[in-house]
Parts: sequence; structure tokens; C-alpha cells
Amino acid sequence: MIRLPLVLFFSAVLFSTGVYGVLARRNGVLVLMSIELMLNAVNVNLVAFSQYVRDIGGQVFALFVIAVAAAEVGIGLAIVILIFRNRESINVDEVSLLKW
Amino acid sequence: MIPAPHLDFLPLLPELIVAGVAVALLVGGALVGRPSQTVLLLLTLAGLIAAAAASAYLWNWDGPGRVLGEMIQADRLAVVSRMILLGVGAFGALYGHHYFARTGVARMEFYPLLLLAVSGMTLLVASADLIVVFLALEILSLALYILVALSFRMASAEASMKYFLLGAFSSAFFLYGLAMAYGAAGTTKIDGIALALSGRTGSQPLALAAVGLLLIGFGFKVSVVPFHMWTPDVYQGAPTSVTAFMAAGTKVAAFTALIRVLDVSFQPLTWDWRPAVWALAAASMVLGSLLAIAQTDLKRLLGYSSIAHAGFILTGLIATDGAGIAAVTFYLVAYSVTVLGAFGTVMLASGGIRERTSFDSFRGLAGRSPMLAGLLTLFLLSLAGIPPTVGFIAKAGVFGSAIRAGFWPLALIGVLASVVGAFFYLRVIVLMYMEEPQAELEPEGAALPGAALALAAGLTLVLGVFPQIILPVLEKAAILRW
Amino acid sequence: MAELIVFWVFAPLAVASGIAMLLQRNAVYSALFLVVNFFALAVFFLMLGAEFLFAVQIIVYAGAIMVLFLFVIMLLGVDREERLVEPIRWQRPLGIFLGVGITAEIFAAVRAGVGFAAKAPGGFALVNQGGNAQAIAKVLFTDYFLPFEITSILLIVAAVAAMVLAHRRRGAVSGPPPAGPARPQPDREAEVAG
Repeated sequence: MIRLPLVLFFSAVLFSTGVYGVLARRNGVLVLMSIELMLNAVNVNLVAFSQYVRDIGGQVFALFVIAVAAAEVGIGLAIVILIFRNRESINVDEVSLLKW
Repeated sequence: MIPAPHLDFLPLLPELIVAGVAVALLVGGALVGRPSQTVLLLLTLAGLIAAAAASAYLWNWDGPGRVLGEMIQADRLAVVSRMILLGVGAFGALYGHHYFARTGVARMEFYPLLLLAVSGMTLLVASADLIVVFLALEILSLALYILVALSFRMASAEASMKYFLLGAFSSAFFLYGLAMAYGAAGTTKIDGIALALSGRTGSQPLALAAVGLLLIGFGFKVSVVPFHMWTPDVYQGAPTSVTAFMAAGTKVAAFTALIRVLDVSFQPLTWDWRPAVWALAAASMVLGSLLAIAQTDLKRLLGYSSIAHAGFILTGLIATDGAGIAAVTFYLVAYSVTVLGAFGTVMLASGGIRERTSFDSFRGLAGRSPMLAGLLTLFLLSLAGIPPTVGFIAKAGVFGSAIRAGFWPLALIGVLASVVGAFFYLRVIVLMYMEEPQAELEPEGAALPGAALALAAGLTLVLGVFPQIILPVLEKAAILRW
Repeated sequence: MAELIVFWVFAPLAVASGIAMLLQRNAVYSALFLVVNFFALAVFFLMLGAEFLFAVQIIVYAGAIMVLFLFVIMLLGVDREERLVEPIRWQRPLGIFLGVGITAEIFAAVRAGVGFAAKAPGGFALVNQGGNAQAIAKVLFTDYFLPFEITSILLIVAAVAAMVLAHRRRGAVSGPPPAGPARPQPDREAEVAG
């Protein structure tokens, strides 16, 4: 059986990659993809813990996360399209007046 | 064959009513075609009042403390917070009715979305499991992302995008924190985590990581420094009626959930999370007040002021006793009433389709509309915490509980930040009374939002002079059973 | 042993595809790398005893969500490339700092919290007895009944959102906005021709 810390480190690295992506990329769609990466990393974490604590709840939680992620992507892309129609740009730093 | 679980839906009645009315409006609106906005408003208000009645009935609930698979908390804190949130929702509906009719983008979807956001908020304050906390937080956030974009101005769409990206980013942190808490305690029940953690000795690094990540997630939602960058932009870009609703609603809902998470789940780690909360509170109060000085737009100013207020509320949270919780809930009532009034006045004073909320548009407002200027003055004084307004009592309450818990330096920082804050609120008041008007802008009177403003002003004064009207109720609600 | 091999094949693959996703100029390539990442993670779910999630991951993420992404990228124009250099100045260092910081923090927490050698205690097979999907169903429709129902509200919100935001409005207020006092950025106030 795989050792738990290995999986946890792996998901931490994946999560951090997503964090970097959110901060470094300017394209709104890519920022959204990076956020998906972060959510997936959390899912790995949940499933690994589910095995570790011998409780199926973690897997159910991961299932809810997937549902929420799907809803989030739907809304996010709708907002992206709304802006693009008018602006021809989805780069977050051009879109936002105040830089974040 | 799975045995059917025992389901007791009564403690969930307020949410069922609110979400039910929302779905009914959606379906009914689609069937009718172009329903009258006034009818929609009345149905929305009726739903909110019915939910409030159901919620009041639950005050004397004597069934089990947690129902529906131990997912919903049937305690008095949930009742009180729900009442505040339903009131905030009613204000939001009244403002929205006026705002969207005036700007000519009235859409029937506004009311269902508002109700769904309210149902997410009330669910959040009643949740007894971190899964429900997460889902409720997502419901209210997703609904708010759309409400922010609803005026179809470019600024509003941009604000929505920014709010969405940072909100989703913070949700991921929140989730990571949940996963860590689950790994540390083996459960996601709010009280189950506390039981699991208190049974252990020594350091609990996983649980500490969980607290840290959860604080980041909540920090974004309630906009404390350093997770505040979205606040001024979103508050400015969103339709003013929606800004009013979200400013009050998210703070009440997220802070109540934060009370449950910090004071129940991670109560065994109180000494570990206190320094973090201390730092967040101090940074928010100081930076929120300082950054507000440089603003030249009233909505942005109120955005920065909301950051400072998030810091004040955290100050009350640091004392984990019942009196501290009561002080925090009182602050949430006070902040809701005041900020709803302030944004409502700004909405009425800022003109037609294009919002004019820069300071220039408010110059000499007293000459054009003494009524609105007077109301705005009252609300700004309350935000600044000057007696005899409710803001003063609220601030005294949270600072008092921080001092009782031995955190007087934090209270001192808070008082100093309030002094700085008073300066920029007073600057706006001076602007309205002492200067000549530059823009020829006719502020408008409107019956419905006018009545709402009168109510907010009345509450600001009455609760400022007689806080004992609601304090006993809040103190009873502050006893967390677990 | 076999699991260890699977881990060391798919973990680097997942991380590499995640990083490759961020380094692409063209959003379509990024999306494709993200699919690789999703597949690698699905294998992880299988390895950790979550067969049902394995299937859901592939169907929902690699299937539905990715198609949505690709669809929108195509809609916005495939040939749009962005400069990778020169984003907002302080954000890239901040990203690296935060990324490394979070990894280090989790590293420390895990080392002190569960120890490097911690293995999942045996007995998880017992939880999955009678099949993983059945085990999930059993709790999903009893203990987790309420969250399951709440998810439906979430999906309603998402459906309404797509309807409101992406719907082209007829009879929208159009034409030049009324002239008023000088605004710093007049076009921001323009109506979105949605």
C-alpha cells in the first residue's frame, strides 16, 4: 500500500502549481483552469485521507467537490463570454481597471 | 436495500421556503412571460416574511440539537442570524426593485437569484457540518457573482469576473483546509472535529494547517487584509443595490460560520489560532482605515470601510466566550443596518442609468436634498462609531470583549483606527454640507426604498440609544451547545 | 510494489502536465495538458480504492468540463496567443513564493502530523465491501442526504447564471449613453451588448 505522505506531498505540489498559475497567468480561461487544478489536488487529498481514516465520507466529499467545480466552470465561462463579447479581451489585467 | 434515514425537516423550514419561492418565481416567471416587477417584489417579500416567521418559531425548538444526519444545527444562534439575513434580503429586494427599474435593465431573474443567495446564507449560519458550510458558501457566492454582473454595464461585468476568479481561488483554499481538517480528525462534523482534537495531546500540525487554510478561505469571503484586494473594485462595479445586499449579507453569514468553526471545531486549538486572528484583525483595521483616506469615490470608500469593519468584528471574535459572541452578533446587526442604509442613500443620490458616486457628485448634496444628506450623515456617523448611533455601541461591545480576554493592545489599535476612520467619514459630511455643488444632479425620492431607508435610520438611532432591546436575545443566542 | 511503480509513473506525469499547462502560449494546448492531468489523477483515485470517483473523474472532468473549456476557447478564437513575459510585475514572484511556501507548509505539517512512514491502516477494503459505488450510495442517501439535496440548489443557480449571462437580450438599452459630466472612463459605463 502506498504511503500516505507521498500522496499528500504530491497533492501539495499540484495545488501549489495551481496557485502559481492563478497568480501568473493573465488569460481568464487559464486562471480558471489553474483553479480546477487546485480543486483536483484537494480531491486527491480527500481520497487519500478517506483511505487513511477508513471512512467513505472523504470520497463522498470529493464527489460534491466535482459537482461544485462543474457549476463553477459553467458560471465562470459564462462571465468570460459576457466580457469577451464587448471587449475582445479576456486578459484579467486589461479587464480589471484596478490591478489586483 | 438502504434503510430510509429519519428526516426531520422542520429546522430547515426557512431555507425550504426561501428556495421554494425562488424556484416558483423562476418557473412562474417563465410561464407568464413578462411578469410585473412589483408582483415579483411582493412575492419575494412574502417569502422572506414567511421564512422569518418559520425561523422565529424555531426559537423554542426543543427537538434534537442537530437534525438531518447531523448536518443542520437547530440552535438559537442560527435563528438570530437567519432573522438578520432575511431582513438583509428584504432590503436587497426593495433596493433592487427601484434600481433595476430606474436603470432600465429590470430582469425577472433578479428576485430568484436574490432568494437563492439568501437561502445559501441562511444555510451557512445553520450548518453543523463542514460539507454543508462549503456547499452553502458556494451557493451564496455563485448567486452573488451573477447578481454583481446583473446591471450589464461593463464595470459590473468586470467586477463580476474579478469577484468570481478570486472567490473560486479562495474556495480552493477553503477546501484544502477542509481536507486537512478531515485528515486530522477523521470527520467533517463541526463538533466532531472538536471532540477528536481535544482527545489528543501534543502538537497537531495537520489541524493547524487546516485552521490556517480555512482562515484564508473565510478571509477572502469577509475581506480581511491581506485577502481584501477584490473588495473596493467589486463594491464599486456592482449595482449599488446588490452592493448593499452583499456587503451586509456575506459578512453576517460568513462571520457566523466562522464563529462556529473557530469557537467549536477548533476550540481545542484556541491558543494557536488567536495570534493569526489577532494579526488579521489588526492589519484589516489599520490598512482598511488608512487606504480609505485616499479614495475619491463613495462606493470605494465604503468598500475600504467594510475591510476595516471586518477587522473590528474579528476583534470581537478573539474572545471566545458567550459575551464575545453576543458582541459579534450585535456588531453584525449594527453593521447590516448601517451599511444597508448607507448604500441605499448612495443609490438614491447617485442618479439615473449611469451611477455617479464620485465625491464630486456629492458636493453640496445638502442643498439639493437635505433629507438624503441628513440620512447619509447619520449612517456615516454610525459607521464611524460616534454616539448616539448603533455603531458606537457595537464598537464598544467588541473592544470590551477583547479587553476582557486580555487583548487590550488589539483594542487600542482598533480605537486608533476608528479615529482615523472618523476623519474620512467626516470629510464626506463636510463635502455635503460645506461645499458648492458641481454636478447638476437631481437626486430622486422614491417611496419604497425611502421607507426602507427610514427603517434603517430608525434602527440605527433606536438601537444606538436602547441596545437592551435586542441584547438579551443575542446573549441567549450566543450559548453554543455541542 | 506495483502501486509504488504506478505512483512514480503517474505522479511526475500529473505534475509535469500541470506545469506544462501553465507554460503554453496557446490555450488549446493548455487545455489538452489539463486533460492529461485529469487522467493521471483518475489513476490515483483507482489506486486509493475509489473506483467510483475514477469513473466520475473521467466522465465529468475529462469529458464534460474539458469540452466546455475547449468550446469556449474555440469560441473566443483559437489563434489568440498571449505574451508569457511581462505580466503584472509582482505577481509572478508572489506566485512562486506562495507556491513554494504552501508546499513547504504542508510538507512540515505532514511530517510532524502523520510521519513520513505512515501507511493507511488496513481495513479500508472492509469499507468498500460489496463494491465502492454501493458503499458511496449507502452513505450518500443516508448520512449525506442533505448535502446531496443542497447540491441541486447549486445547480439551479448555475443554470440560471448561464441563462442570464449568456442570453442575448433583445430590446436592450442601446445607443450612445446620455451625455453627462466628464467621466474618467466613459466606455466602462456602456451597456454590455449581451
